[in-house]
Amino acid sequence: MKQINAVLEGAGSMVMLLLRAGSYAGSLPRQWARFVEQCYLIGYTTLPIVTILSFFIGTVLALEAGYSMEGFGAKEFIGSLVGLSMARELGPMMTSVLLAGRVGSAITAELASMKVYHEVDALTTMNIPPAKILVLPRLAAVLVMMPVLIVFANIVGWFGGSVVARYVSSVGISSESYFAALRHYTKFKDVMNGMAKAEVFGFVVVLVCCNIGLNTRGGPREIGAAVTRAVVTSLILILILDYFVTKLLM
Amino acid sequence: MSAETTEANCSKTRNPFTGVEADAVSVRVDGLSKKFGDLAVLRNISFDVKPGEIFVIMGPSGSGKSVLLRHIAGLEAPTSGTVAVDGLDPTLEETRDRVRLALVFQEGALFNSLSVYDNLALYPREHRSGNEMAISERVMHALKILSVEKSANQFPSELSGGMKKRVSIARALVMEPQLLLYDEPTSELDPVMGATISEIIATLKNEYSVTSIVVTHDRDLALTISNRVGILMAGKLISLGTPGELRKSQEPRIVDFLNPKIDIEHPRFKQLETPENP
Repeated sequence: MKQINAVLEGAGSMVMLLLRAGSYAGSLPRQWARFVEQCYLIGYTTLPIVTILSFFIGTVLALEAGYSMEGFGAKEFIGSLVGLSMARELGPMMTSVLLAGRVGSAITAELASMKVYHEVDALTTMNIPPAKILVLPRLAAVLVMMPVLIVFANIVGWFGGSVVARYVSSVGISSESYFAALRHYTKFKDVMNGMAKAEVFGFVVVLVCCNIGLNTRGGPREIGAAVTRAVVTSLILILILDYFVTKLLM
Repeated sequence: MSAETTEANCSKTRNPFTGVEADAVSVRVDGLSKKFGDLAVLRNISFDVKPGEIFVIMGPSGSGKSVLLRHIAGLEAPTSGTVAVDGLDPTLEETRDRVRLALVFQEGALFNSLSVYDNLALYPREHRSGNEMAISERVMHALKILSVEKSANQFPSELSGGMKKRVSIARALVMEPQLLLYDEPTSELDPVMGATISEIIATLKNEYSVTSIVVTHDRDLALTISNRVGILMAGKLISLGTPGELRKSQEPRIVDFLNPKIDIEHPRFKQLETPENP
């Protein structure tokens, strides 16, 4: 019962935080510098790890597809499998998981530390709502940067698959036939579908991490606990939402 | 500088930057109680703070002083009873729109990611109080009042405890407060810095007539700068009066608190003796 209460309380406070942040949406143009800073942190600093991860997801997909499709002579379709898997599922999912681990944890640590050391209280007494300057720019930045990250992840993943398809002898198909299958079966709609998923996941990750950070109570030890809680909650929510968003977009 | 003689009779706060006068605000705490779970931290506390007054809340560590101050700042909601700042509920955003209230936190609570200058400029920038040049003048003036203008470009992590306290007071001053709350302003400071901070608090009150509430366990600070002092023990307000009345009090708890005696013959000190250190 206590745990159900905690979940409901967390969900309620997340909705309240979202409404509060949303009510200051008009102030966003005046927070240009904060917005750009968050775009840099969420987008630019995440790119290297997204690149590495996506490349190897693409290679593993091509390798596994080569192994399993060889049995029924369908190796020419490896491109379609890698293309669709990256665009519809693995691109958005893995990028969001990375976002939770890398950016989400940093957001929670920063806000929890501000809360524990009374910086958030100082903002409140100065009549500067924390939702306005700490949450809103992050939510706006993740909405802008997620599609960029996804496009990048898709392209790198597709390229990774093509490298394996071309140069690994057990797969051994030409780049032309790999990309022809990819182009034929991966539609613009599939890419947009993945982007929509990523927008939902990214937004929820940032909202959860901000909410847990701002509700941290106690001393420095609680900061670590809050970070763990934020990342675990984000990962669980990504997986749960994945099913529902996929179903909704079908 | 004893404020005991300069009774709070000013009802106007003078803006330290523009010289413009505004109404100083009053504070009323009525039957305030606060519980955290089963733990009663504040028990039925009532008092008034007059406009332009320096009111000191004294008490031993853990007596609930800071929690009381957080209620006045609107950072905590009472379990029962009310707190009113100029007749308004301080937990509401609208109240903070109408009454400029500043809190000097015990640890400073400066924004670590911002320079000293940006810490001070944040409030006027967010509330669109003039252009960048006007804000710069205001910030530098506040830093000058607190003699920390040379630290404008430093970050909070590069400052000493005393400097952080002064920057924190300067940040509060930039808000042109009508009500200034101090949480343990002299804690963790050496006696000289403590005296400097005390002087600053008294100067702000005398020069600008800001209503001030100071929470401290520093007896010298309390008896030197205050118009009235309330003594809080175990969450209860056990005494309320001027510093003179407090000094004359025969109440044993107050006498013990104001004049602590160390009995070195007490058995607990005897236990510390060793053959090498008799």
